[in-house]
Amino acid sequence: MYELSASLALAGDLIAAGDARLAGIVLLSLKVSLGATLVSCVLGMPLGALLAVGRFAGRRSLIVLFNGLMGLPPVVVGLLVYLLLSRAGPLGQFGLLFTPTAMVVAQIVLITPIIAALTRQVIEDEWREFREQLRSLGASRVRAARTLLWNGRFSLTTSALAGFGRAIAEVGAVMIVGGNIDGVTRVMTTTIALETSKGDLPLALALGAILIGVVLAINALAYAFRQWAERRWG
Amino acid sequence: MGGKAVGLMGHWLELQELALTENEVRIVRDVNLKVSRGSTAILGPNGAGKSTLLRLMHGLLRPSAGRVVWPQALAQAMVFQRPVMLRATALANIEYGLRLRGHPATEQRQRALAALARVGLPELAHRQARRCSGGEQQRIALARAWALEPQVLFLDEPTASLDPASSREVERIIREIAAAGTRIVMTTHNLGQARRLAEEVIYLDGGRVLEQTAAGDFFAQPQTLAARDFIREEVG
Repeated sequence: MYELSASLALAGDLIAAGDARLAGIVLLSLKVSLGATLVSCVLGMPLGALLAVGRFAGRRSLIVLFNGLMGLPPVVVGLLVYLLLSRAGPLGQFGLLFTPTAMVVAQIVLITPIIAALTRQVIEDEWREFREQLRSLGASRVRAARTLLWNGRFSLTTSALAGFGRAIAEVGAVMIVGGNIDGVTRVMTTTIALETSKGDLPLALALGAILIGVVLAINALAYAFRQWAERRWG
Repeated sequence: MGGKAVGLMGHWLELQELALTENEVRIVRDVNLKVSRGSTAILGPNGAGKSTLLRLMHGLLRPSAGRVVWPQALAQAMVFQRPVMLRATALANIEYGLRLRGHPATEQRQRALAALARVGLPELAHRQARRCSGGEQQRIALARAWALEPQVLFLDEPTASLDPASSREVERIIREIAAAGTRIVMTTHNLGQARRLAEEVIYLDGGRVLEQTAAGDFFAQPQTLAARDFIREEVG
């Protein structure tokens, strides 16, 4: 018990002192996961909307596939991206393995299905409400998907957040493709895993606290934004 | 009479052996009719298939059998029982319809503003449509349809969820749209409304057309027992 409270106190000191090493790790985590979330929204949201309003062969199978991929194990994604990016792999020539870019790629693979599947659910509800009106006005399905993405923009913040939450919290994928190199690819989760196994609990605890704080803060911001937007736009 | 001739006397819409069956329920069946009047009301009890028939005419539903024949292509629009507004201003909602039809941006703005003025809501242009009252939203929906300058306007129970004052306003707008030359086809279970707005009545029951007569004749002397009962119940 003593160890825990002492570690917590040290963790508090580290955060309060604005430790440079700590700040670098937190910043890289945010950069990688926000970047991955951004790209995944650009890819996953239109995909989800088309799955919601589209009518094409294989639509149902794709929906089941994406729902299933929501539960992809991060280590498996890490392994696959590792094989793709390793020297001998098909994308080996770009030399991306063990760089932050590789970590972004792995997280994109991990969370795009999540964002696409959640977007599909939001847009499907919208489509139920707007379908006849949009068809009557002469909107094509692609056009309808575009319109409904914009119309559902506030509900979609939740889909984006779910993706971000998954990305910032995972260890397996970034560990494998990033390599947890100090000062280069070390992020919050990989540091926590490493420091815990080394027995350096204060740093691990400090990072754990920051990680939880970041996730809570971003969710709170998004919630407040959505409340405000819904009051404003109805 | 050649089939192509659509003058004052000709019909502009014909339904041939039209039927819609869903899950083995025959929602609409054996419908053969020609629409030639400027304003037609589809009347009938709940579940008669009125809204379904309207959607078949407009092309939102595909018939399981039969055909919807337009002797001449006419620009159509539809207003639904519950107005559906995008999360945008009233003006943007009207402009959206115009944009889909390929009108240039400057014209969109002018036409949308004019349409809002015609439904008596110019002051709502920059208000969020979904924050407007139900009656206002229905009038914005009418403006959205009207801005497209349709040759045929379908209305599905346009006042069913409105208070009396809003209903009167909506009826005034429908009369004006009709007066400007747009053909009107509307479903309603409000007999007074049909009497005020329609030249012709199509009486539907159990998915079948039981009567198609001039409105005056229908209310004075319905031909079928079902229609007689319907009128008595609705009035009584």
